[in-house]
Amino acid sequence: MYFPNYPRQLLPSFSVLKRTALSFLLKMTFVPLDQSFTKESEGNKGKSVILLYLASSHSCSTTFTPQLSTAPKTTSIQFNSTNNNINNSNSNSQQQQFHFISNRNMKRSPFDFLSEEIVFSILDCLQTNPLDTKSFSLVSKSFYTIESRHRRTLKPFPRTTTDHRHLKKLLTRYPSLTHLNLSNCPRVTDDCLSQISISGLKSIHVSSSMFTHVGLANLVSKCGNLVDIDLSNVVHFNDNMAAAVASCRGLQRLCLTRCKSLTDIGIGCIAVGCLNLRVLNLKWCLGVTDFGVALIGVKCKQIRSLDLSHLLITKKCLPSLLKLQYLEELVLEGCCGINDESLVSLKQGWTSLKTLNLSYCENVTHVGVSSLTSSAGCLQNLSLAYGPLVNLAVSESLQKLSKLQSIRLDGCQVTCSGLKGIGNWCVSLKELSLSKCTGVTDDGLSSIVTKHTDLKKLDITCCRKITRTSIAHITKSCGSLVSLKMESCTLVSSDAFVLIGQYCHFLQELDLTDNDVDDEGLKSVSRCSELTVLKLGICLNITDEGLIFIGNGCQKLIELDLYRSIGVTDKGISAVARGCTTLEMINISYCENITDSALISLSNCCKLNTLESRGCPLITSSGIKSIAVRCKQLAKLDIKKCINVNDTGMIPLAHFSQNLRQINLSYSSVTDVGLLYLASLGCLQSLTILHVDGLTPSGLAVTLLGCGGLTKVKLQSLFRTSLPRLVLENLEARGCVFQWRDKVFQAELDPKCWKLQTEDIE
Amino acid sequence: MDYDVMITKQLTQIPQPNVNVNDESGSRLWDPETMLGNLSVMEQKIHQLQELVRLTTAKSSMDQRLLQQQQQLVTADITSIIIQLISTAGSLLPSVNRPHFPETPNPDPNPNPNPSFVNGVNVSDNNNNVSNMVSKVEDHSHEMEMDVHDDDVDEGENLPPGSYEILQLEKEEILAPHTHFCVICGKGFKRDANLRMHMRGHGDEYKTPAALAKPHKETAKLIKRYSCPYVGCKRNKDHKKFQPLKTILCVKNHYKRSHCDKSYTCSRCNTKKFSVIADLKTHEKHCGRDRWLCSCGTTFSRKDKLFGHISLFQGHTPAIPSEEPKVDDQGHTETNIQGFGLFDFNADASSASGEPFSPFPRNMFDDSDSLSFLCNYMWKNGGESSSKDQP
Repeated sequence: MYFPNYPRQLLPSFSVLKRTALSFLLKMTFVPLDQSFTKESEGNKGKSVILLYLASSHSCSTTFTPQLSTAPKTTSIQFNSTNNNINNSNSNSQQQQFHFISNRNMKRSPFDFLSEEIVFSILDCLQTNPLDTKSFSLVSKSFYTIESRHRRTLKPFPRTTTDHRHLKKLLTRYPSLTHLNLSNCPRVTDDCLSQISISGLKSIHVSSSMFTHVGLANLVSKCGNLVDIDLSNVVHFNDNMAAAVASCRGLQRLCLTRCKSLTDIGIGCIAVGCLNLRVLNLKWCLGVTDFGVALIGVKCKQIRSLDLSHLLITKKCLPSLLKLQYLEELVLEGCCGINDESLVSLKQGWTSLKTLNLSYCENVTHVGVSSLTSSAGCLQNLSLAYGPLVNLAVSESLQKLSKLQSIRLDGCQVTCSGLKGIGNWCVSLKELSLSKCTGVTDDGLSSIVTKHTDLKKLDITCCRKITRTSIAHITKSCGSLVSLKMESCTLVSSDAFVLIGQYCHFLQELDLTDNDVDDEGLKSVSRCSELTVLKLGICLNITDEGLIFIGNGCQKLIELDLYRSIGVTDKGISAVARGCTTLEMINISYCENITDSALISLSNCCKLNTLESRGCPLITSSGIKSIAVRCKQLAKLDIKKCINVNDTGMIPLAHFSQNLRQINLSYSSVTDVGLLYLASLGCLQSLTILHVDGLTPSGLAVTLLGCGGLTKVKLQSLFRTSLPRLVLENLEARGCVFQWRDKVFQAELDPKCWKLQTEDIE
Repeated sequence: MDYDVMITKQLTQIPQPNVNVNDESGSRLWDPETMLGNLSVMEQKIHQLQELVRLTTAKSSMDQRLLQQQQQLVTADITSIIIQLISTAGSLLPSVNRPHFPETPNPDPNPNPNPSFVNGVNVSDNNNNVSNMVSKVEDHSHEMEMDVHDDDVDEGENLPPGSYEILQLEKEEILAPHTHFCVICGKGFKRDANLRMHMRGHGDEYKTPAALAKPHKETAKLIKRYSCPYVGCKRNKDHKKFQPLKTILCVKNHYKRSHCDKSYTCSRCNTKKFSVIADLKTHEKHCGRDRWLCSCGTTFSRKDKLFGHISLFQGHTPAIPSEEPKVDDQGHTETNIQGFGLFDFNADASSASGEPFSPFPRNMFDDSDSLSFLCNYMWKNGGESSSKDQP
């Protein structure tokens, strides 16, 4: 390994240093820098921290093998200021290091001599947490520049683009960017786009309504190597802008979802200009018709994936789509113009097509589906959701699709014989979705699962007729299930859930929302050690006892939903928080017995990014504080109807939760003061404040002006008149959308009563 | 060719006057303009004759046979002048019902076609068969009103070769402004009906309902089809895949469109040119209203035509009209064609790939089916777009 330009006499020390630095950085787990890491001190402090670590490892000179690429990617390297252990254990070597540094008069940090590629390798391991990278770049000037050169992906916060000079600074700082995501920025103007001149830029994602074709043309001409452009939700995207995009010759992926002003002319420009397109998404581009789509079929021969959902296309464009010899994925969701006749007319086969989505094509019946089997014989994934009646004829014709792996029949009307027909297929399905299908019975479902034993994913949400029998068959025959979704299978008795844990050990996702599962069931489920997503909403029979099992058994849990599971208290949550430290999302809404202690224990899960604790009246500001201080990743917080949360809870949020994007404060005791604190959160995008008594128009106005990046604000409609007009106009000009609500206060129903109500609705 | 035969033939062309005299027509005054025209025609003819005789006297040492031919020619010309003079004079005298010329053995107003036409092979040396043509064209005069664009399209017709006779007119005849000539005064007309109306001025015998009536369709033994005189043209009878033209009008339009300069320019757009004036008029009806533009400058009145054009040619892209249509003084909305300005492919292409953009396809026929598509396309859209004017 090569280390450039350092004094000869220091060679021995550095040879040790680089070894220790590397081995340490790659091996050790740093603890994140805490709140005292402010901008003024962080540079020096970070440096000293690392030096201390180096010092500590200096004595234990392990043999260093320069196999950086094999370093585990999961290693999280963090920087710590709490270095007591190190101070105590290795005081000798520490002194040596400091001595060495004093010799150099602190002019250059030893890290300046680390080769760039080594630091790059270290940085590769830091990708998981953006804050780590930030801390890293603040260690020293050389680290700063190296991090700048290393960064490939950038997703700036809204505030960046309120002034385009900020963006320019950012772009000059990161010259090696390949992916630029401006989807958070509602105020991307022509000026902003014209600033972007990174020749290496490969992908850009813009979602804004402030720019025109001029800026887009500038961008495309300056960044000639763009292969991926995502302009979803740019509602004013018109033909002129399409013409600008069309001049990007190397474009391979283009996403234009919901560009409703785009017409055939624009899509024609793109089809002629971007001949290398592989992925094209035209979902909801209602101005595009048969002509434009047919032209794509004629010109863009390389297309692999095409999404034409909800377009008003008919069979006229299908012949030219048939000529796309590489087309693998075709989405025709909600295309009402596609009917049986269109599908029957497809005599020539679609040999390359692997995925076909015909969901919500209401004019396609079993006749069209049957004709598909001859024209698209290589299909692997087929979706007929909310489409035809699935009877024996359909299932028998689909049998000819010999490579089928996944089929979605969500919302279809199925017959028992149809399901049995699926059971008779020779192929073994990997994925089956029967969510909200009417007519799924024990008989039909059992005949499927006993044949398709390789099933990995099964969705039987709202199949309300099935009972324990089905579950028994599923669990016993499909032992390799990875995902089982069975929300609202209300007839399934509680003892059926024990079977899940007994037989399906590979489950990663389990949705038991609105079921009769009890603690015994959870005890069994806790044997699924791979479980990452567990949804137990509206399971009124579960208690802390069951959750303790989960906390002990399912250590990989990432998402836990306990919405309205009123039997759960602090004890259960604490057990989960202790066991499942990787937890990222938790929903404890309307679990009325939850108190601050649950939140304090949840703060143990430092990856937590979503906390929904609606309607927990016992939660106070101190609970919020503990979450804010330790869960740095927190992005979404819902404390609606937490009436005891007040302004003191907002202060720690404003200080520590720099990642907070979305907050709901309705019905809480927050006042103007608390809101003003929140204004310092740079990346806050969505704010909901309804029925907050301590709120005045002037306080609200100041907060709104302070939050530069707001894109969505939900307020009571009385503020529409009381807020200064200029403030509203200013915010709307910045790209913020206001939603005015005029709902009267509703008293909370008794949970059990609520459940009864939902059952009455059925 | 025997000139006597020719003269007798010309005489037979003159319709027999009707015995019934229409009294009302007697009060009709003579037309001085027509008279003046007729006189000047005669004057020209006399001058020509003078030149001819002078030439003969100058070359006194002429071959005896040649001299005899000259004499015949002069006799024929003088006879023709006399006839015209008499008929002109006759129009001045309402009381004189019939001109004084020799009785003809065949009083049929519709004479049999010239034998050389029936053979259909060697008609090209007929330089003065204008009057013959009259009889041929009158059958089709009603087709003048037909859509001018239909003439080239006769795909549905699959006549076996030999089941029809092929007529071929000379270039000069095709381009002559008139096809119907008055045998008395020589005035030309585009339509037989107009000629018949004109003939009324030459005497009461032309005013009878029988004379004014549309001549009956000739019950021809063979269907007549026409050949284009342009050698190498698909419509030429020597072409391997000869496709005959149906009517004389078809011949005219075809010849002008395919083998003549486009001399009529649209005054609105100043870009579109036509060789047939009817095409220009059709275009002018739509000019400026074509919303669908291609980057090559071609405009289309229909979206599907534009997309057909674009899918056919490589490098052509839809052009975007300026966003705000301007309203001019007359209240017409006109879309500014900014196909080149707004969507500058030259600049974009050179910056992106370094390859200059050519507005025309580099490799037009990259696959076989595009060729057949091209043929179909041009066939069907012959008049609609100007794509056939491209390479």
